[in-house]
Amino acid sequence: MPSSVPAERPATAKASPPRSRGLSLLVSELRVLFGRRRTWALLLALAAIPVLIAVAVKVSSAVPPGRGPAFLDRITQNGLFVAFTAILVSVPLFMPLAVGVVAGDTIAGEANLGTLRYLLVAPAGRVRLLLVKYAGALAFCIAAPLAVGLAGAAIGAALFPVGPVTLLSGGVVQPGEAVLRIVLIAAYLAVSLAGLSAIGLFLSTMTVVPVGAMAATVVVSVVSQVLDQLPQLEWLHPWLFSHYWLGFGDMLRQPVVWDSFLDNALLQAGYVAVFGALAYGRFVTKDILS
Amino acid sequence: MAAGLPGTAPVAAGLAIETRGLSKHFGRQAAVDRVDLAVPHGTVFGFLGPNGSGKTTTIRMLLGLAAASAGTVTLLGEEMPRKLHDVLPRVGALVEGPAFYPFLSGAANLHRLDSASPHTVPASRKARVQQALERVGLEHAAGKRVHAYSLGMKQRLGIANALLSPRDLLVLDEPTNGLDPQGTREVRNLVRSLAQQGTTVFVSSHLLAEVDQMCTHAAVMSAGKLVAQGPLAQLRQSGSTRLRLVTPDGGAARQVLAGLGLAPGRGVDGGLGAEPAPGTAGVSVRQETLRAQPDGETIVAALGPGDGQTAVLPEEVVARLVQAGVRVRGFAVERESLEDRFVALTGEGFDVAQ
Repeated sequence: MPSSVPAERPATAKASPPRSRGLSLLVSELRVLFGRRRTWALLLALAAIPVLIAVAVKVSSAVPPGRGPAFLDRITQNGLFVAFTAILVSVPLFMPLAVGVVAGDTIAGEANLGTLRYLLVAPAGRVRLLLVKYAGALAFCIAAPLAVGLAGAAIGAALFPVGPVTLLSGGVVQPGEAVLRIVLIAAYLAVSLAGLSAIGLFLSTMTVVPVGAMAATVVVSVVSQVLDQLPQLEWLHPWLFSHYWLGFGDMLRQPVVWDSFLDNALLQAGYVAVFGALAYGRFVTKDILS
Repeated sequence: MAAGLPGTAPVAAGLAIETRGLSKHFGRQAAVDRVDLAVPHGTVFGFLGPNGSGKTTTIRMLLGLAAASAGTVTLLGEEMPRKLHDVLPRVGALVEGPAFYPFLSGAANLHRLDSASPHTVPASRKARVQQALERVGLEHAAGKRVHAYSLGMKQRLGIANALLSPRDLLVLDEPTNGLDPQGTREVRNLVRSLAQQGTTVFVSSHLLAEVDQMCTHAAVMSAGKLVAQGPLAQLRQSGSTRLRLVTPDGGAARQVLAGLGLAPGRGVDGGLGAEPAPGTAGVSVRQETLRAQPDGETIVAALGPGDGQTAVLPEEVVARLVQAGVRVRGFAVERESLEDRFVALTGEGFDVAQ
């Protein structure tokens, strides 16, 4: 610690005109999130799903139509169907699992490391930190389905022939447009996972043990899907955040049917509002003792 | 360090930290109980107390991390936590040990924490991070992941984080924890140089020697209560001073001392069972030297409260002794050490305050 550092007058702390517009923290958050090995491991694990499917189909004999997940029997004719199959397979568990890890880690992870107290005395501002953390989780919700879809399209194109895709409505689109549809599905799923992320954020403010918040988030998503399967609870179904998760098939019609997209967006917005408010209420008054 | 900027040192007016009736209850237990802290501007303020006495909880409330159950906090003249966003950019803090992202490098960690505040200037971030790292001697480990840092290096990085921006107030919770002797020295020098620039430094510690060497003021916590505070000299003086005399002429010496109105304590014969002076380590060494030099008796007498207004001055005592023909072979004035004072205030033993 050399003492030859030019004297910095403490009083200058009061006047610092060119401030950042507060976006630094968001940039930093995204950098930390996507610079972290764990995030890449999650994305690679998700991207491995289409690869596994494609390789399995390639090495095995032709799939008899009507068995296995939807689209599976079409893969050998058109590689792009690997993407659709993989998305369909990963939506119920793998995708919520990955999102649960990231969303559950948001606040609890910082609390666990002890960095939460340093962020808050910086001062990051509790509301601002919560918003930035949620934005980071949303960025992951965008990245996760894209990883599955694009890895699926790539491995499908590598192992199988690629041609015009027959949509659910019977129309046919060129491969270029089909990839666009994959991106559209990814957007649909990103919106679908926004509600779960808000739940994860809220649960993350409740504990300093990130694994607890992660597990709770995943459990909530499983419970929601189980409830969605029970016919006795039909009145409840439209209110479950997972209700529209598998409705992305509407993105595969010509023209695209936007009804489920909008219903889903509205439902997710409701969940974001409710759990965002709960997270705010909890976090703003919380004693940071970690 | 104090070079340049003449006449710009902030006037030491008002208090940098002021709490009134600050309390924190966890359930029925009061972790902090009606604490009235007063930390003047420009001081190096030692915040002492045994483990579990409520130091860190107090610091958390000062910084707005925890809400007070009762009482108020005023930081740099602004009310906390209402004015948190105006005050905290002027406050650097090390709270309950350093904490960093182990998977990021030291420099990346500082970048992250610096960008957390909307008040910092992004353009100067790189330079400020570099400067802070140099200040704590970590410039060579800047690119290394914190995962590979030793405890002392993390501690230094934590101090660097507190110094990222120019601050009016530094709150350092156990700053020398885990540091080697050089590191401890460097922290002391750093704190001194910061104080010279007018920064108020609030240091919590359970290491008395550290506070003794660094601080101008101190407060002592015990079981959630503030039991003493004020300038360090005053705290020390409220203890007593005593003289220690070594002489072969025990009887005559006692008479002289009694004549001066000083009550001679129990004399120790032959130096064999000499009681060790408080605060001195190496008791056995001391006894050995005494054995090797059988100078006679050791007489201890209280000189009264050490406020500098004692009726009898030590030099006067020696003059009288010599006049009376007493052979003075050793004479010392011993002030009650801060440690004695601390133990007197907080109690002895290993029991963590409940």
